[in-house]
Amino acid sequence: MLRKTLLATAVATAMLATTANAETLRWTRSADGLTLDPHSQNEGPTHALNHQIFDVLIYQDMDVEYQPGLATDWYVSEDDPHVWVFEIREGVTFHEGQALTADDVVFSLNRARHENSDMRGLLTSIKEVRAADDYRVHVETHDPNPLLPNNLTNLFIMSREWAEEHGVEAPQDYAAGEETHAVRNANGSGPFRVQSREPDVRTVLVRNDDYWGIDHYPMEISELIYTPIESAATRVAALLSGEVDFLQEAPVQDIERLAEADGIRNEQGAENRTIFLGMDLGSAELRSADTDDNPFADRRVREAINLAVDQTTIQRAVMRGNSQPAGMIAPPFVNGYSEEMDEVIPTDLERANELMAEAGYGDGFRVTLNCPNDRYVNDEQICQAVVSMLARIGITVDLVAQTRSVHFAELAREEYDFYMLGWGVPTMDSEYIFNYLYHTKGGDRGSWNFTGYSDERVDELTLEMGSETDEEARNAMIAEAWEIVHDDIVYIPLHHQMLTWSMRDDIDFQVQSENTPHFKYLKFKD
Amino acid sequence: MLAFLIQRVLQAIFVMLVVALIAFSLFHYVGDPVLNMLGQEASEADRAELRAQLGLDRPVVVQFWQFVANAARFEFGISYRSARPVTELIAERLPATLELAVISAIFAVVMGIVLGIYTAIRRGSWLSNVIMTVSLIGVSLPTFLIGVLLIYLFAVELGWLPAFGRGEVVELGWWNTGLLTASGLRSLILPAITLGLFQLTLIMRLVRAEMLEVLRTDYIKFARARGLSRRVVNLRHALKNTLIPVITIIGLQLGTIIAFAIITETVFQWPGVGALFITAVRFVDIPVMAAYLMMIALVFVVINLVVDLLYYAVDPRLRVQGGAR
Repeated sequence: MLRKTLLATAVATAMLATTANAETLRWTRSADGLTLDPHSQNEGPTHALNHQIFDVLIYQDMDVEYQPGLATDWYVSEDDPHVWVFEIREGVTFHEGQALTADDVVFSLNRARHENSDMRGLLTSIKEVRAADDYRVHVETHDPNPLLPNNLTNLFIMSREWAEEHGVEAPQDYAAGEETHAVRNANGSGPFRVQSREPDVRTVLVRNDDYWGIDHYPMEISELIYTPIESAATRVAALLSGEVDFLQEAPVQDIERLAEADGIRNEQGAENRTIFLGMDLGSAELRSADTDDNPFADRRVREAINLAVDQTTIQRAVMRGNSQPAGMIAPPFVNGYSEEMDEVIPTDLERANELMAEAGYGDGFRVTLNCPNDRYVNDEQICQAVVSMLARIGITVDLVAQTRSVHFAELAREEYDFYMLGWGVPTMDSEYIFNYLYHTKGGDRGSWNFTGYSDERVDELTLEMGSETDEEARNAMIAEAWEIVHDDIVYIPLHHQMLTWSMRDDIDFQVQSENTPHFKYLKFKD
Repeated sequence: MLAFLIQRVLQAIFVMLVVALIAFSLFHYVGDPVLNMLGQEASEADRAELRAQLGLDRPVVVQFWQFVANAARFEFGISYRSARPVTELIAERLPATLELAVISAIFAVVMGIVLGIYTAIRRGSWLSNVIMTVSLIGVSLPTFLIGVLLIYLFAVELGWLPAFGRGEVVELGWWNTGLLTASGLRSLILPAITLGLFQLTLIMRLVRAEMLEVLRTDYIKFARARGLSRRVVNLRHALKNTLIPVITIIGLQLGTIIAFAIITETVFQWPGVGALFITAVRFVDIPVMAAYLMMIALVFVVINLVVDLLYYAVDPRLRVQGGAR
């Protein structure tokens, strides 16, 4: 009798479990998040992991549209253009039960502005953050900042009470040499809670059944197991053998194979990253060239290079179709993008050679091109293609392809004449591109402008578009600035990168251009 | 004996210092950790500040002295990448590497000796020829390729064994082992074969060559003439004498196996110190790289020291020389 009851209970529990949608998703990509401390690292895989555990005020959904997260509404205060008002969602609790209020939001934003925080670069415009009441936060900026909400999409909100309890009011201090509680523990309010974490090996997240959006999103995954796999071949093998269900970064060379495999499908979309070449056009003399002047300083030479580089061939031969040839260095969904400007300039060798002759380099010259070999998709191969394309107009290019850490360190020391760079735009607005890539280098701005390019009008417009609140006027400034830099040929655009996510074919999910999957949206097909 | 010991220990310390110096000077060519630690929005001032915080702006000599002083106390600071103490990271990862190394060493030794004996005794038989030919693959194919091939055959095509990871792990105090669970054992097979294949080939060929030599000697001929069974002659008389150089090689190769686990661990996403090192190199995580290199140097130095001492114990001639000096 007793046994029968037990059996019946077991069966009932088993049935309950299946009806409650007990679905496990095993997720892999090349790298693990570095830390669970949400303000310690401003890095893609770290944010992607933390987005499952924490909430942000405003997030970018799977179509990279801005959606209300913990903020139900946000607007510039009517009384003061320096103040943004965020209305905070009521009834939200952290995983450990604390109620989330404006106070936690103020605490988190201030924590992210702390000197140990890697996120503070995004928040430099903020003067003060204060709670107006329990569910309203005022953020005051030094100058009016129309882009403030765009800078908050990776700013995770944590519990003040929890942080104080565990002594993690500030992000990790590297010099102190001690691990803090927040590195491997998290108390967010997001769709999943952390069940276990072994960094670089395995992280198990389980569905947060008290999530405020539980009825709003599909939330079909009950258990999310994240195992990063560094080797590309192994990552693909793990999906093919059914040991993982979802592969976030399918290597280009395996895309076709995965598409043909039984039970696996690919999803593709544009990534928020454009690949281009930069030239030192500001120096009087190039370091690596065999000329005693700077050929890149001559616009005609830059135009010739642009005409000689064949973006379409790179797309076809090097990227196997998995890229979108570019004419401008802004990805398609960024404010200020124009299809007209993104049009690829057709290759015209005759005209290019003419221009080289006109500029006085009819016999060509020699220069070194520096590329990473493990940062962007097929980066080294792209550069090899560029080398042979430029040979056709007499430019002898010596290629130096190095690992990313060396490439970017040397680039930052301004040691390069000619280099490859990729750029994503987390704020989805052109201002970010002008600020870092086109503004004259110096002070807080132009920190990634290694071209020596400097244009007074562009600098002026960059500053203005950072504080102009009238949308129409602002968009006009952006258009004008693009016009100038496009005409000056500061960079040679190559292509917008594409993202491929591979998954079991009963999974219904789409690519997110920021490469940040929000698993609360994932559905299983019946 | 004491003089010999002191001399050897001093030599070992000198070797460690040289390794530290080489490792330390290498770090100036691997890139700038600060660039990886701060996001792309960070300003030059932010970077300079962090550099100062980490002491990367101090003179190289000061940095090196600090590093050696800390290393002597087994203090390697905090990982730039994961913000965790390096000694803790290594302690956490070491069991995985040691288990893998020991299992593949056992695999290489046992299989190597058995196959070596077989190919020596049955020289010229078709199976021996096949084994000798196939073993060429073991020495000529790079480890990562063997690993990938094994994964595609046994994980993807046949679906028998897992493609990556260590399976379920059991915690035994500060040690974690994958040897006690079915999934752990299954996960161990492919990486152990991949890592051990080269050593297997080496040992097999060495055993075979030594065995052939020994089989030609007079005492084996006499043993045969005495009418002893082939089995006794081969396994008791011949094999024993074959093993002396083999044991030396095995000792030295164990260090190599631990050091070369880097590639195997990366291919199989095996959570050991080798994979930790590769990730550290990508990120310019200097504290982890330094600690790993010092640890590997220490392993080699200790093994060599032990071998030297064993020779000293075994070979009377060394003692006489030492005493005469």
